Amino acid sequence: MVADMTQANITTPEHIEYVLRLGDNALILGQRLSEWCGHAPVIEEDLALTNMALDLIGQSRLLLTHAAALEGKGRDEDQMAFLRVEREYRNVTMMEVPNEDFGRTTVRNFLFSAFQVLLWERLGASSDAELAAIAAKSLKEARYHLNHSAEWVIRLGDGTDVSHARTQAALDYLWPYTAELFAANPTDEAVAAAGIGPAWGELEAAWEAMVLPVLGEATLVVPARTPFKTYGKFGRHSEHMGHLLATMQYMQRTYPGATW
Amino acid sequence: MERKEWPLWEVFIRSRNGLDHKHCGSVHAPDAKLALQVARDVYTRRLEGVSIWVVKASDIVASDPDAKPELFDPAEDKIYRHPTFYQLPDEVNHM
Repeated sequence: MVADMTQANITTPEHIEYVLRLGDNALILGQRLSEWCGHAPVIEEDLALTNMALDLIGQSRLLLTHAAALEGKGRDEDQMAFLRVEREYRNVTMMEVPNEDFGRTTVRNFLFSAFQVLLWERLGASSDAELAAIAAKSLKEARYHLNHSAEWVIRLGDGTDVSHARTQAALDYLWPYTAELFAANPTDEAVAAAGIGPAWGELEAAWEAMVLPVLGEATLVVPARTPFKTYGKFGRHSEHMGHLLATMQYMQRTYPGATW
Repeated sequence: MERKEWPLWEVFIRSRNGLDHKHCGSVHAPDAKLALQVARDVYTRRLEGVSIWVVKASDIVASDPDAKPELFDPAEDKIYRHPTFYQLPDEVNHM
């Protein structure tokens, strides 16, 4: 895809950074969802969660390949995914926190897939043609992830006492992490100005309009915003990230260059 | 805590437009909407379908396997029920 890149001449660090954020969000959440393989509450959801993991890893392959092409240092998707160090990953912190239980996994999928749907819709019109093509493909996947998780959030929240308590605890835990999605930063501003994609903060109102009615239907109480801030998209991750990377990178670090 | 098993749903997939839905298996799900969702995840991962039906297994009325002799055996010696005894004109191609 680098071929006709007159674009390469005008690639900015912010452009690469923005694509890396998209790719790393998908990669790290895909890794987390893959942990459910063989462990989900029922076989049907085992397949559903791993299907979604594969969708996300597929998105990350395209995005990291694209980021590497923009970067122009000859790295491939495997090097991007498996051979960077923690501080070089640009996913928001919410992606890396542990699955905990089916409730937290589902609430995270819901909060994030709603965001992804809005983002992919906008990126379909990106001035970066490759990114626009990836967005068109990924939008369909994100819409399914949103349906799947929204239906579950409603049933778990408005379910038994136990499922309600776990889902509310999941929302209480995850909600503060959502602030990072929308926090203003120079990368977003530069990318928005170049027509590559929206500043994520622009999506906040639409995102709330999407998630709040579902949370209401699920009889969940949305926590108040707090000063809690996370900085995963700047490479400053939580204590969970190192453990996740150790597992994810093990094979490629033990057998460098291994392919199958 | 009371433990309830989710009901069983039979899954029917239409593989292409113009073909019939065919039974392909079953899933457990708490309700109809989620049954469709899990049927999608379990049975259409390799482009098997363009449409899904799910039916609660308990809503299907089935014939009694023990009644096979009286239900089906009497048809055995009535080959004249197959429309194979007609001379078809050549113009009728696809019978």
